[in-house]
Amino acid sequence: MLGAPYRPRPESPVTIFFHSAGRSLNRGMVFFFAVFGIWALLHGIACADGYPLPGQIGFQEPATPVARETEFFHNWVLLPIIAIICLFVLGLLVYVILRFNERANPTPRPMTHNTALEVAWTVMPVMILIVIAIPSFRLLAHQLTVPPADVTIKVTGKQWYWTYTYPQDQGGGFEFDSMIIPEADLKPGDIRQLSVDNEAVVPAGKVVLVQVTAADVIHSFAVPSFGIRIDANPGRLNETWFKAEREGIYYGQCSKLCGKDHAFMPIAIRVVSEAEYVKWLEEAKKKYASTAEPVRLAQSDVPAAKQQ
Amino acid sequence: MSAATSHLEAAHGHPAGWRRWLFATNHKDIGTLYIIFAIIGGFTGGALSILMRMELQEPGIQIFNRLAEILGAPPELALDSAKNLYNVVITIHGLIMIFFAVMPALIGGFGNWFVPIMIGAPDMAFPRMNNISFWLLVASIALAVISLFVEGAPGMKGFGGGWVLYPPLSANTGHPGPAMDFLILSIHLAGASSILGAINFITTIFNMRAPGMTLHKMPLFVWGVLVTAFLLVLTIPVLAGAITMLLTDRNFGTTFFDASGGGDPLLFQHLFWFFGHPEVYIMILPGFGIISQVISTFSRKPIFGYLGMAYAMVAIGFIGCVVWAHHMYTVGLSLDVQRYFVFATMVIAVPTGIKIFSWIATMWGGSISFRVPMLWAIGFIFVFTVGGVTGVVLANASADRALHETYYVVAHFHYVLSIGAVFAIFAGFYYWFPKMTGYVYDERLAKAHFWVIFVSINLTFFPQHFLGLAGMVRRYIDYPDAFAFWNRVSSLGAYLSGIGAILFVYILYDAFTKKRRAADNPWGAGAATLEWTLSSPPPFHQFDTLPVFTATEQ
Repeated sequence: MLGAPYRPRPESPVTIFFHSAGRSLNRGMVFFFAVFGIWALLHGIACADGYPLPGQIGFQEPATPVARETEFFHNWVLLPIIAIICLFVLGLLVYVILRFNERANPTPRPMTHNTALEVAWTVMPVMILIVIAIPSFRLLAHQLTVPPADVTIKVTGKQWYWTYTYPQDQGGGFEFDSMIIPEADLKPGDIRQLSVDNEAVVPAGKVVLVQVTAADVIHSFAVPSFGIRIDANPGRLNETWFKAEREGIYYGQCSKLCGKDHAFMPIAIRVVSEAEYVKWLEEAKKKYASTAEPVRLAQSDVPAAKQQ
Repeated sequence: MSAATSHLEAAHGHPAGWRRWLFATNHKDIGTLYIIFAIIGGFTGGALSILMRMELQEPGIQIFNRLAEILGAPPELALDSAKNLYNVVITIHGLIMIFFAVMPALIGGFGNWFVPIMIGAPDMAFPRMNNISFWLLVASIALAVISLFVEGAPGMKGFGGGWVLYPPLSANTGHPGPAMDFLILSIHLAGASSILGAINFITTIFNMRAPGMTLHKMPLFVWGVLVTAFLLVLTIPVLAGAITMLLTDRNFGTTFFDASGGGDPLLFQHLFWFFGHPEVYIMILPGFGIISQVISTFSRKPIFGYLGMAYAMVAIGFIGCVVWAHHMYTVGLSLDVQRYFVFATMVIAVPTGIKIFSWIATMWGGSISFRVPMLWAIGFIFVFTVGGVTGVVLANASADRALHETYYVVAHFHYVLSIGAVFAIFAGFYYWFPKMTGYVYDERLAKAHFWVIFVSINLTFFPQHFLGLAGMVRRYIDYPDAFAFWNRVSSLGAYLSGIGAILFVYILYDAFTKKRRAADNPWGAGAATLEWTLSSPPPFHQFDTLPVFTATEQ
């Protein structure tokens, strides 16, 4: 044989890590990452209303009951469970690495079966999944069951902007386009990539039914702080709903790749008091009045797709 | 004598020169071709991802507009061209990584190399069909590259609709030019390559096992490839059907996916994801098999719960075929349909958890040596757990409502694929490199490679969970300024992983130039499968006389 293969002497993994590239360099790296990581995570906990904050690590502040329940389900059911599972597996791996490396345990003990263990690690995950499923299905029914609607608006996704249609039989009878404000035209208070020229306006505290379709390719209507996302499919009328708890402007972005300006067709919904909403409807009817023939606009009683 | 010329070679000669490779019928040669192809694909896809991360590092568009100008766009159109170019790059990045990197590495590369050897077979069942499977893939990538240079969207080049190819964006509405048609034909060829390869593997594994090698004594890597092959044979035809319908919609006046003609864009999504979800299991199951081989070898113990492991893979494959619409939770499916898919998807967590715990139980009580393949395998167990649990989060349609099409999804699938599957590929590569080439790589450099990649790739993808939770949408060339911080961190990680890639190239160069010879079995008593009884590299034809397998059932 031409030469024995290179065999390093058995080293513990701890030694390997700390001796391999320079002790102080590795310890310094670990320390730096730890401090940086903790700082970044703490920094990211802050939340604003309706738009993301720099360094944010969690959901945007919920502005509807559904968004609130979604945030709770993720932050207090899903996240703790998956964090514990990851830490548990990491702990087992660290233990195994330290206890059964070839220096600490030169003779392997052949254990290839343990029925009790196999039953346990089949049944335990099933129990965890049941614990997850209960709030999961409750929230899902909450999201998809539309309560009796106070206001209906129809949204049409187009390349590359949104058109909001307010039905005639609800004090509306107009539609308007909502386009991104180009970077050059941003005013103080506007948010780059999120602010639009004409926001959709809805009253606070009312159930708003949003019927969504598209005119060309598939888009998707999403507002993170409302906890809603529904695809805009051409030839299909989808629906979602929300009940905004407080006034403000809430932003979202198109959530299905639709071409060149997919990142440049944001959604902005201005939630106002009921009185202001009625006033706005009147102003909007004049502002967005069509100069052409009477247009057939959306009726609020058209049913959206219930089964696929 | 292992290296002796077999009587078969004496009978019809050992092909040499370009014929050996163009007309390859030897499973080891074809495996080598696939591995080289996968390395090229992986580096191309990786370079594209570095380009993307360069653009995403800062808010605004800085890189792709200059890139578009370099590629010939007039300055006044640079911004529009940049936006299209970015969408084209993300599309081709996904297609390359899936069809031209991960699949060829695991199935074409390691599958071809080691399935016949591990079952004691002299070659695959259909050696010539094996050859065409490889060269079809070369033709496929050629067509995909051509698609980048012809018109897609009006006035733009290439198809920028994502690897999922949804109409109407992929139909004439969105991309009337021929780029999409080239891509459809490219995927047809890649699909054909996979179907033929799958037929080959199933026949080989069922019919050519050596005497004494029952199905329940096969190494788990072979089980992984077997389940993968069944998934391919069952689901690629559905993809082929879907893209053929897209082709006729685009060119022959049909309206399968066009509502104005009575069709439905959602039909494409159902057909696509019926393939698309099993596809992700296709990409990971052979990796699971590799991890089992490596963990067992370097713990010097047989795999814990062999039957559970094998049938967990079967269960994952089977259930994986009935969960596809969890990719479609936001399209407007009814409550009952969404409830079913939530339930079915969460079920997959059970067999996957069984595998994770069984690997750990294999190491438990073992005598673990931390050679290079073992580092990748242990790393895999951890990162696949992280990626897997975020998958459980996304399985819940109610949570997916907030997370669909955000960077949370991007983080999830990159954890299981770009970290999980890639770690399994590197584990296999470093495990079998001495066997395949007969050379030994520098162990210290290879360990450094692992650590550089482990740190950098986690740095790249972990912050993307934060971006997704905060609401950053995927497939975006530009984003609201608030997302800048974690994007910078992610891009830094990407650049560091690029350094890791360069280190890998050097490790290969070093191994092939220093030519340190490898032993038949560099790994010791834990390496219990048949390839370690052969020379390194094995003879051109092995097992002319079939080995009789007498090991007890694992």
